[in-house]
Amino acid sequence: MSTTTLTHDDAHHHETPTGWRRWLYSTNHKDIGTLYLLFALTMLFLGGASAMVIRAELFMPGIQLVDPDLYNNLVTNHALIMIFGAVMPAAAGLANWMIPMMIGAPDMALPRMNNLSFWILPAAATMLILSFVVPFFPGGGTQINTGWTLYPPLSIQVGMSMDFLIFAIHLLGASSILASINIIVTLLNMRAPGMKLMQMPMFCWTWLVTAFLLILVVPVLAGGVTMLLFDRHFGTSFFDAAGGGDPVLFQHLFWFFGHPEVYILLLPSIGVLSHVIPTFSRKPLFGYNSMVGAMLAVATIGMVVWAHHQYTVGMSLGAVTYFMIGTIIISIPVGLMIFNFIATMWRGAMTFETPMLFAIAIILMFTFGGLSGVMLAVVPADMQYHDSMFVVAHFHYVLMPGAVFGLFAGVFYWLPKWTGHMYDERLGKIFFWTNIVGFNITFFPQHFLGLAGMPRRIIDYNVMFTEFNVLSSFGAMIFGFSHLLLLYIVISTIRGGQKAKARAWEGADGLEWELDSPPTFHTWEVAPTIK
Amino acid sequence: MSAKAQSDDYFIPDPSPWPIVGMFSVFTMLMGVALTINGVGVGKWVIFAGLLLFAFLLYRWFRDVVDESLSNRYNKQVDTSFRMGMFWFIASEVFFFLSFFGALYYIRVIALPWLGGEGYLGSTQELLYPGFEAAWPSHGPGEMGGDFTPMGAWGIPAINTLILLTSGATITWAHWGLKVDNQKQLINGLIATVALGLIFVVLQMYEYGHAYADLNLTLGSGAYGSTFYMLTGFHGFHVTMGAIMLMAILGRSMKKHFSAHNHFAFEAVAWYWHFVDVVWLGLFVFVYWL
Repeated sequence: MSTTTLTHDDAHHHETPTGWRRWLYSTNHKDIGTLYLLFALTMLFLGGASAMVIRAELFMPGIQLVDPDLYNNLVTNHALIMIFGAVMPAAAGLANWMIPMMIGAPDMALPRMNNLSFWILPAAATMLILSFVVPFFPGGGTQINTGWTLYPPLSIQVGMSMDFLIFAIHLLGASSILASINIIVTLLNMRAPGMKLMQMPMFCWTWLVTAFLLILVVPVLAGGVTMLLFDRHFGTSFFDAAGGGDPVLFQHLFWFFGHPEVYILLLPSIGVLSHVIPTFSRKPLFGYNSMVGAMLAVATIGMVVWAHHQYTVGMSLGAVTYFMIGTIIISIPVGLMIFNFIATMWRGAMTFETPMLFAIAIILMFTFGGLSGVMLAVVPADMQYHDSMFVVAHFHYVLMPGAVFGLFAGVFYWLPKWTGHMYDERLGKIFFWTNIVGFNITFFPQHFLGLAGMPRRIIDYNVMFTEFNVLSSFGAMIFGFSHLLLLYIVISTIRGGQKAKARAWEGADGLEWELDSPPTFHTWEVAPTIK
Repeated sequence: MSAKAQSDDYFIPDPSPWPIVGMFSVFTMLMGVALTINGVGVGKWVIFAGLLLFAFLLYRWFRDVVDESLSNRYNKQVDTSFRMGMFWFIASEVFFFLSFFGALYYIRVIALPWLGGEGYLGSTQELLYPGFEAAWPSHGPGEMGGDFTPMGAWGIPAINTLILLTSGATITWAHWGLKVDNQKQLINGLIATVALGLIFVVLQMYEYGHAYADLNLTLGSGAYGSTFYMLTGFHGFHVTMGAIMLMAILGRSMKKHFSAHNHFAFEAVAWYWHFVDVVWLGLFVFVYWL
């Protein structure tokens, strides 16, 4: 290894590596981006499968398919797999692919570390899956029935599978931190000469802020679960009132991470929208500076409002009032982003390709999710909604449009750039409509279920909730199976299709569209000049 | 030093097996820990295997980096990337420590007074722990771990403070030497720093032994024991890592790897050492003293 590195010292000369080494040993941002995206797609189906089981079980009152502990285990794993396995890696995959091409850099700043941050993920996923399957073996202990929030004292009583979960979180955190360091360094140090920070494409800005958030909050989660591990095995009393600790302390640590995490999931998709909407409206993004400002405001305020997830634990009136007001204030910069998107479309020459359809759906449905969020932010109202299906409906309306649909939009938008082929627009539209209709049939009725009093994370329910649950489960089947179409579209686009031009979309603007589709293995080895 | 080091060419490393080896080593280690804490005997050997692989990985990965650095494949931009990367890594470490300091603060200022009957949630005291008086250090109303004596600040901890502060000075002295290419001063300064770091760790281990044997202060001593050992232990782990890094840098200095203008690795370790130093000051004030 070292002899080869010593002999050829011309940094330019790289042949495309081939075979399995190309993927396992990769230092190429495009290959690592592809790995991230494929990993995320796999996890999307794994997490989706667990959601299908949950909805199948809730199709009828009573206990039919799984036992209550397994049900809770599925709920826990669905959340963790989707958040840490699907959405964050997919966003990191987009970042890997697009950021160097957008800022005119030849690669990420620290390519080997980039590969490390990807390859930690399969290890973490293995741990996560172990935490799910270990209880099925003799002596494997009890199932994880805490939900993804892992609140003690319940999480202290769970068997050994909780330890696998804790280590999975450590690994996922390490991966996120390394990826974030890499992205920050790339954006600050690798921009093409002449590109100022305030000229960076919006997607880069959103990832810069996301990476900052990750570096600040992920270590706190790691610290929290470490204390949990010590409480479980080494006799400490961080979360035990008898020893002078407090179980609510864990909730504070968890949500100090967990609330900014919402923005970590959301912001990269906002970045995608900031490219998709101008492209298909054939107008530049409205209010670039205010977008950057709004995003910084969201990130900053988002760091200090975490306890609105814990209104019912018994905080002082002053504390809940502060958290309520802080939370509601966030809707101002978020609203500003939404209005900027609408203003971008205003009087534009719009066309409605699949990415644009997703973008418009996001604006409508994310706003809807935001409004139910304002309802939940109000303390006295939240006392009624807390831990009900209303919360489930709310955060799926925020996270599916806000994060996942944004990623879908990004995938459809950049797929021609990555593969060199246009996807089948007709299939894309069919996917969009089945997806969006399925989604709304699934989650819209859950608002009513929650308001009527159906609790979440419970396997059984009162017969009076049957109709809406049947409807919801029916929608979930449409929604779930529609993703097979996504899989088909992605595979068939990789394999062939109409050749994509360098500027695959007529209205697209930016450095990445000046490269061939698909781009060569190394791009921008000579930095472009920024006007 | 050829002129190549300052060229504006981009540097992209060749494909490398070390990241994926890193994944396997970390996975093996954590797997071993998970097995061990759940009483599976083979776990210890799994941890050991993981550690071996990890050490091998660090050695080979850093050897590649050192080779690249010595053959002048790095330019100014790579140097800046490394610096920024190290800076943000330390930033993430700061927040890791903050979670433990935050736990200490929360327990002392918020949770414990509640248990003692003060404030908004004080009324629960009558129901759960009547007669409990909140005072720090505390092992809680359940008197976890039995009676203990808290660790005083002005014995070993104060000496350790002086040791770490001195080590911060010696590494800066070594850096001054390096900046004027005085290799002897560099090596002497580093040897002094490593020695001080090791003395710190030994004293800390002695302090733990003393606490367990004479003070009945254990991990199980309620909130005080938990926060005391978590904070000092996590810090001690960082000092140990820092000392190992310093030794690696010392070895490289002896091989004359560093020049007055090209010594990122030295500076990265020095930053890390200062960071560990500053955390200790926080520990001394909030864990030992107040």
